[in-house]
Amino acid sequence: MMGNRLNRRDFLWRSALIGCSAAASPLVTPMSFAAAPWENRLVVLILRGALDGLDALRPVGDPDFAALRPDRGAGTGVALDGAWELHPALAPLAPLWRAGELGFVNATSTPYRDKRSHFDGQDILEAGTTGVGQARDGWLNRMLQAVPGIEAETTYSIGRGDMLLTTGAAPVTNWSPDAALSLSPQTERLLVMVTHDDPLFRDALGEALVLSGLVAPGAAGEILQMAEMMEMAEGRAMDGGGTMDPGATQDARKALAEAAKAARGAGGYDALARFASQKLRAEARIATFSINGWDTHAAQHRTLQGPLESLASVLLTLRDELGPAVWGKTAVVAMTEFGRTARLNGTGGSDHGTAGLMIYAGGALRGQQVAGGWPGLAEADLYARRDLLPLSDVRAHAAGVMQGLFGLDRAVLEGQVFPGLDLSGAARLVL
Amino acid sequence: MSFDPHLAEIRFGTGLSPRLAPAQSAAALLARLRGPDEAAAAYPIEGWAGFQARLARAAELTEVRKAARNDAEALRAAKKQQNLHNKAARQARADWVVSMALRRAHTPDGFRERLTAFWADHFTVQGKFGIPRRGVAPFTESAIRPHVAGRFADMLIAATTAPMMLHYLDQASSIGPNAPEVKRRGGRAGLNENLAREVMELHTLGAGGPYTQDDVQQLAELLTGLSFTFEEGFVFRPRFAEPGPEVVLGKTYGGAEVPHLAEVTEALEDLARHPATARHLARKLAVHFVSDDPPEALIADMAARYAETGGQLAEVYAVLLDHPAAWTAPLGGNVKPPVDFIGSVLRALDVPAAKMPLGDERGFRIALAAPMQQMGQPWEQPNGPDGWPEADGDWITPQRYAARLQWLTSAPLLLLDEVPDPREVLQSALGPLAPEGLRFAVAAAQTRIEGLALAFAAPAFQRM
Repeated sequence: MMGNRLNRRDFLWRSALIGCSAAASPLVTPMSFAAAPWENRLVVLILRGALDGLDALRPVGDPDFAALRPDRGAGTGVALDGAWELHPALAPLAPLWRAGELGFVNATSTPYRDKRSHFDGQDILEAGTTGVGQARDGWLNRMLQAVPGIEAETTYSIGRGDMLLTTGAAPVTNWSPDAALSLSPQTERLLVMVTHDDPLFRDALGEALVLSGLVAPGAAGEILQMAEMMEMAEGRAMDGGGTMDPGATQDARKALAEAAKAARGAGGYDALARFASQKLRAEARIATFSINGWDTHAAQHRTLQGPLESLASVLLTLRDELGPAVWGKTAVVAMTEFGRTARLNGTGGSDHGTAGLMIYAGGALRGQQVAGGWPGLAEADLYARRDLLPLSDVRAHAAGVMQGLFGLDRAVLEGQVFPGLDLSGAARLVL
Repeated sequence: MSFDPHLAEIRFGTGLSPRLAPAQSAAALLARLRGPDEAAAAYPIEGWAGFQARLARAAELTEVRKAARNDAEALRAAKKQQNLHNKAARQARADWVVSMALRRAHTPDGFRERLTAFWADHFTVQGKFGIPRRGVAPFTESAIRPHVAGRFADMLIAATTAPMMLHYLDQASSIGPNAPEVKRRGGRAGLNENLAREVMELHTLGAGGPYTQDDVQQLAELLTGLSFTFEEGFVFRPRFAEPGPEVVLGKTYGGAEVPHLAEVTEALEDLARHPATARHLARKLAVHFVSDDPPEALIADMAARYAETGGQLAEVYAVLLDHPAAWTAPLGGNVKPPVDFIGSVLRALDVPAAKMPLGDERGFRIALAAPMQQMGQPWEQPNGPDGWPEADGDWITPQRYAARLQWLTSAPLLLLDEVPDPREVLQSALGPLAPEGLRFAVAAAQTRIEGLALAFAAPAFQRM
């Protein structure tokens, strides 16, 4: 394009081209708000940093536990039965357990072993593969690819970042409750034009315009009307002078200050849970976001408190905001990249381990159980004499939930969604 | 394809400036990097020595407060002093981030700023409480910036023994299981392998590197003794060190009667020299500066020079700048992460220091900190020790791109006395590389501020 000066005719031709070739853009693709393929809802929470399952759900019935974890402040947890005790920060979840709406799968892990890197561990957890670098898309997206008629509104990936879990060919909406956009209609149109040839920017812009309510779904035809493009091409307003209007400066400061305030509010995971609930009550059927801060290498009695409180609050927010009818059709699964060492380390924390805990909740699931089996904590029972031994593939439990909720074919789950999985190891979690 | 001065400023620097001329050759660009650090002199950021004094003062104030616990009035005064001390550190930290942005806007040597950010990210640290939460910039200024054109091993040793690193990755309180200190504490202390793992996985060999859990454990035992205090900064504590030798990657270290720091630095030197480290660093540099998926030949050539020169980083950069693969796809390269995006906008607008929110923490939060958070890069607070993501798709999501647009439509109004003609800004920001279609769109905008927003929001400016 360089050195090849466009004249007005080329410009118009180009605009026309935009109008008819932009089918791939969400801005141009009419977004349907028609019924989704299912009534059931799935929420996937990724707990980044490796949750210490042995502290979240304490195996107090295991004779070796007390020696491994001498400093946990015995008796402060909530007894679920003789064998298990909830961490005190999870105490608000005890009523969910009693209602049969909270359960656990213990001693479970991805197929990742021995290197214990967070980043590889999370990649494998989200890619749903048996090793690092085997897939560039996530298992939740591959599940969607297997279902005909999936729309962007079906699945929400929530928060400021995108997740590998939902990356892939199937349409997924990425949005954050504090995001906002206000552009004049003309700027918006010109932006559509200048981003058109770069799919990454074109698609992000299209989605942002629709989600911030600036553009009705499917309004692109109107946006790209040639007559308007011609008007724009006059370059008419550029000579207005650049002296600053003090009012404009004040408005700009106000706008940024408001945005800053929104950003502060959005730091809370509850805001993400409320946003997810709002979407799940409407057309969305799947939502996912991350809760961070689980890497408790030191002073765990203090550092684990906050993340567990966030998790408890998110689960209760989802239940309350979804309301009884939708909560009854909802499954929430919280997964982490791996567990932590059975022993506390020298600094009152735990290091990277192997098997860990999957936490689940929701009216659609069979709660009040600790599934997955228990390998024991005697030194000879530990993996590499340091970590809880994995008894099951955590992917099987996620697959089992999706099979139960959405009626997916076993062959699809074992071949496409989670390559190399044996679904027969799945715990029976769906009611 | 070979060196292009305009593309060089965009891809390897902090963007084009309407005032500062780009380097005309790779040699000239590297000469600037090897020359005096003008930007640091013009926009100072506190080094570690100054920050250490803040930590020492914080420790002192804690003692004053403890001593005052039975005297209500003295306690009130002590708390007030602590609050003032904390507030001063918070304000200072805001100014350091503003200075970092000003360096990007006004430096003749943008490559140094990019490299400093790259290596500070490679050696990500964060403060976990109190005053250390403000310590990232002083760490960067003292442990990273002086080494960006030097020998990698020197930077590795500086970063690994820096109090911020020892604090962030829990090394300061890691004690060898058989060290004398464990006995003194009645067994209630021991090893923490966090730093040892990240040194191998992130800082040297790479996640796919040739090391095992045993190597991590052995290195963790070797690293015991590295510690720091608020009062004195870095200290080596022989009483914390695991006695006896450790075997890391097949080589035996340590075992001296009195453990000492040189045993640790020897292992770090060897890790720096390892071929897996050469490849890991070469690949990371190529990904950061050239493409999410860089050509193998580029990685191999950079790694080879690294090995030949014993990890002389400027030599590795020379290979990068001379490589045809570094000059492909003008304006079609990586997406600028938010820090680079904001820095290059400030540079293109030549925003004067007087308009930047120095000494104004609230203004800083509104104009820079909150927008960067919304763009997905809350500055100095990445999710973990692996730092910021590199993939374009991590930065340009609907919500994050919306945040860039939102900032563009307001921030220039705050940061300038007069909004310049966006046609001229586009010309100076992209030079001959500006696409015709973008010139057309910018000229068609209704107002100057919208024209600027278009120029800066276009992929041609967003990529580098």
